[in-house]
Amino acid sequence: MSLPILSLTTFAPLVGALAILALPKANSARWIALGTTVVTFALSLVMLAGFNSLDPGFQLVEKLEWMGGGISYHMGVDGISILFVVLTTALMPFAIAASWESIETRVAEYMVAFLVLETMMIGVFCALDLVLFYVLFEGGLIPMFLIIGVWGGKRRVYASFKFFLYTFVGSVLMLLAIMSMYWYSGTTDIPTLIASSNFPAGMQTWLWLAFFASFAVKMPMWPVHTWLPDAHVEAPTAGSVILAAILLKMGGYGFLRFSLPMFPDASLLFQPLVFTMSVIAIIYTSLVALAQEDMKKLIAYSSVAHMGFVTMGIFTLNHQGIEGGIFQMLSHGVVSGALFLCVGVVYDRMHTREIAAYGGLVNRMPVYAACFLVFTMANVGLPGTSGFVGEFLTMLGAYRANTWVAIFAATGVILSAAYALFLYRRIVFGVLVKPALQTIQDLTLREKALLVPLLVVTIFLGVYPKPVFDVTTPAVMKLVDGIKLRNANQGAAK
Amino acid sequence: MYAAIVFLPLLGSVIAGLFGRLIGARAAELVTTGLLFVSAALSVVTFGHVALGEAETAIVPLWSWIHSGDFLVDWTIRVDTITAVMLVVVTGVSSLVHLYSIGYMHEDPHRQRFFSYLSLFTFAMLMLVTANNFLQLFFGWEGVGLASYLLIGFWYQKPSANNAAMKAFIVNRVGDFGFAMGTFGIWAIFRTLDFDAVFAMAPDMVGKTMNFAGYDLDILTTLCLLLFVGAMGKSAQLGLHTWLPDAMEGPTPVSALIHAATMVTAGVFLVCRCSPLFELAPVATGFVVFIGATTAFFAATVGLFQNDIKRVIAYSTCSQLGYMFAAAGVAAYNAAMFHLFTHAFFKALLFLGAGAVIHSLHHEQDMRKMGGIWKQIPWTWAAMLIGNLALTGVGIPLLHVGFAGFYSKDAIINSTFAAHTGIGTYAFILLVIAAGMTSFYSWRQFLMTFHGRYRGLDHDDHHGHAAHDDHDHHAPKLDEIHESPLVMMIPLAVLSLGALFAGAGFYQHFIGEGAHEFWRASIFLGEGEEGHLPLWVEFAPLVVTIIGFLIAFYYYILHPKLPKMLAARRGMLYLFFFNKWYFDELYDLIFVRPALWIGRFLWKKGDGMVIDGLGPDGVSARVLDATRGTVKLQSGYVYHYALAMLLGVVALATWFVVTRGGM
Repeated sequence: MSLPILSLTTFAPLVGALAILALPKANSARWIALGTTVVTFALSLVMLAGFNSLDPGFQLVEKLEWMGGGISYHMGVDGISILFVVLTTALMPFAIAASWESIETRVAEYMVAFLVLETMMIGVFCALDLVLFYVLFEGGLIPMFLIIGVWGGKRRVYASFKFFLYTFVGSVLMLLAIMSMYWYSGTTDIPTLIASSNFPAGMQTWLWLAFFASFAVKMPMWPVHTWLPDAHVEAPTAGSVILAAILLKMGGYGFLRFSLPMFPDASLLFQPLVFTMSVIAIIYTSLVALAQEDMKKLIAYSSVAHMGFVTMGIFTLNHQGIEGGIFQMLSHGVVSGALFLCVGVVYDRMHTREIAAYGGLVNRMPVYAACFLVFTMANVGLPGTSGFVGEFLTMLGAYRANTWVAIFAATGVILSAAYALFLYRRIVFGVLVKPALQTIQDLTLREKALLVPLLVVTIFLGVYPKPVFDVTTPAVMKLVDGIKLRNANQGAAK
Repeated sequence: MYAAIVFLPLLGSVIAGLFGRLIGARAAELVTTGLLFVSAALSVVTFGHVALGEAETAIVPLWSWIHSGDFLVDWTIRVDTITAVMLVVVTGVSSLVHLYSIGYMHEDPHRQRFFSYLSLFTFAMLMLVTANNFLQLFFGWEGVGLASYLLIGFWYQKPSANNAAMKAFIVNRVGDFGFAMGTFGIWAIFRTLDFDAVFAMAPDMVGKTMNFAGYDLDILTTLCLLLFVGAMGKSAQLGLHTWLPDAMEGPTPVSALIHAATMVTAGVFLVCRCSPLFELAPVATGFVVFIGATTAFFAATVGLFQNDIKRVIAYSTCSQLGYMFAAAGVAAYNAAMFHLFTHAFFKALLFLGAGAVIHSLHHEQDMRKMGGIWKQIPWTWAAMLIGNLALTGVGIPLLHVGFAGFYSKDAIINSTFAAHTGIGTYAFILLVIAAGMTSFYSWRQFLMTFHGRYRGLDHDDHHGHAAHDDHDHHAPKLDEIHESPLVMMIPLAVLSLGALFAGAGFYQHFIGEGAHEFWRASIFLGEGEEGHLPLWVEFAPLVVTIIGFLIAFYYYILHPKLPKMLAARRGMLYLFFFNKWYFDELYDLIFVRPALWIGRFLWKKGDGMVIDGLGPDGVSARVLDATRGTVKLQSGYVYHYALAMLLGVVALATWFVVTRGGM
């Protein structure tokens, strides 16, 4: 076996965390954290270079005995997961840099929490064993909760508690499902489970629902979304960035990794349910976003709407819908991360997220206004930005599956323009009259270095998304063929 | 060369946008304007090759765009006759507007940004007209929408400009909803979005149905209607027109370029580009005629009593776009495109002329504060005169001699008559009446602006509806009013030539005997068996035009006190027209307010009371009841959660160890 690149990438942040514990000075902690995340990113690029995008199966596989009895330390990536790994490692340096000046207390602990979180997140996307996945999936929430609970805003305890209740129910159910899957098949090995995928229909239904409970909370889907706005509002900027960009994607990834390939019959059975919830999410949360008075809450609600497109796309069970869902998740990772950074920029200066406290920023912050505009446009899915590609494909897939779903989703596109432009107009345009804003400064060099790369990626992927599709297409084809084959066999059996 | 036409404006936009502050305003102006003129020159060459010459339809692949499974769309440049016509219109007007803006905007501190937006708009518009598939067209479609949004809101200190910009974007999105659904449908039926492939397969779909939203609907009718909804948004047709008059909040050169000559004609272009589809869907074309003719009539009625010089022209644009749709709907696509072509010249001329007037009057836009200034600004006067003659379509019917609008507008009116259908007759009647009203509001505007008594220094008693480019303006004394600088007058001169000769010069190519050679396969061409029209049909437009002029002359020159008295009486019809048939009030009532109200309701009651109340808050309240006194809450739930997770993991591990022992 060659270099265990997946393990190296996964555990590199943990090494950095240990180094910080050994040297717990604020400044050295910052630099070590930044260095570690950059190295991790570089490692993930090595991983990407070693990845054969024509092969639809799992690659760069590592497997070690762990607990025995079919449970092992099994790692591997395919065209669906590898880009989420890269997204994670790519955004972490931004999260660290965004916290450079805004975090002043317990810096070392903060950085350790982020690095542990990174290990967990990369691990989730690489894990090929149910137990390993579960441990990392749930374990990743601990550092996130510390980040919100210790470095968060005033109502952080309430926010944490809310999330606790939601996830608790979901994770208990998922744990039960994993146990019964082990009981039934005698293994927790993900590739084996996908290849056999022979759970009887009745059992699939219950397993699907148990996993769904957990993933729907993570996405989050309507009506289990109300934890997200509160969590975002209370989280520090970098926490929001990672929460929106990566943690929300674990739910979508879960659907693609487990629900669709392992429970294809149940996925088809529950398609109308997911469609309904997705469409409600898109329209309902877009309308709610329109009424928001807090910048972060508005963007949080817009995230729920965008995740509605993802769940809708994934459960079309056709190629465009699923690939669009994946693309939408990647794009949303970049765009929503950037939008939260944009909020952070003005929050650091004014210490308020209230929309009414702003207005006319373009007068003093033209560069900021320009960056914010591009991300706003990506958020409303303007063609030429990455936001369009995913949104379009998910709706195209939905149209193939059910025209009504596409019609409702397209209504959401109109509403997204309304809330996003309304936000932009209230913050950026107008006359700068508020006395507190008279001396506000434009982006610093550090902030430009944060926003400009994300801006370039947003436009590049909007104009030339091929690099992403090259990686995802074979894996998505395999997934769709698997579902089709299954349905065809079923049809023949009847 | 084709790629250069499209991408040179983008280059200019990027230079002015990113390095504007570095190189200075003047350099940014020169770079963008210079590149636009190069692009325009290349477009003229292209027009010569492709439209007038023998060159084949050119298809230049650029790079791949979205490839997902069997959905394949690439970036491609397509140049055929209809594209070549649009290239000339877009780059021609755009380069002149760039030049004009150097003079018009010379006091503005943000000129770099302005020129960057103008060039960005031009790029998007060129992507739209050179698209070879529906998705790239949609890219340009939304791209011009973005540029329009930015330019309407260019003076971001004005709340009215910001609101108008938002309104334009969002109303257009409503139209885009239709366009997007049409695109999905086209792909679902044809499995491709390339124009040639779709048009080639379309005849096989005649009479077939597809399931749409639970109903079995005729494929082509449904698709065409959906696409037309998009066209209605972009071209401000009845129902989705409300954004266009408000868009006049933008600087006047923007109104000339985007909201008169180019962007708003994109819907007409779309219908003509898709003429092979529409021709197979008679129900859809009937609807196109109905909307077009009704809009032409509606907008003309509203234009009758507006007092803002730009709003008059805006409603006129809306109305003229209705003419184009009416023509397209009766299969006279070439007449529609011809009117698009001539209209671009004389409407841009009128807007830029109005801009020159506004400039001379220190940013006054209210025509009630103008008058009697023609001797002060004779060149502007002459340009506006030519523009109005062209717009009202003055010419001699049987001899075929006249201004640009004469050829194209009469062709449209005649084609609706020659259609000999019920809907065609409906259109004919409305269009003739609208032509009379066009004449009235055009000459009313012209006479109020230039003739009669100068009213700029009159006591300010109604300032309510007048919009201004700038709020702190002072009305100049009559002898302080000067002609605009040369950079503004040259574009007026060039466009005047267009308004004079574009009709006569290209009549044969667009709608005359050379039409088949000119258009070739780029649009659907009818057999052209117009036959002989009755004499009264030929003369009807001219007669109503003269009547319109006479009424305007009577009210605004002979009895200038009369209009004010009539307006003061506030007749019902007057108020109905003046308030734009109350569309804005209606939409506010049924869409805008409810959306905000529902949003607030769902947030407070849905999320707050129902979901959180039954979910986490309710549960937590019960948990608190149960555990009050036994748990110190201050310790924080984070650690509890962490503990719970760890316990879960431990439980799992234990369970596995135990069962493993058992296995």
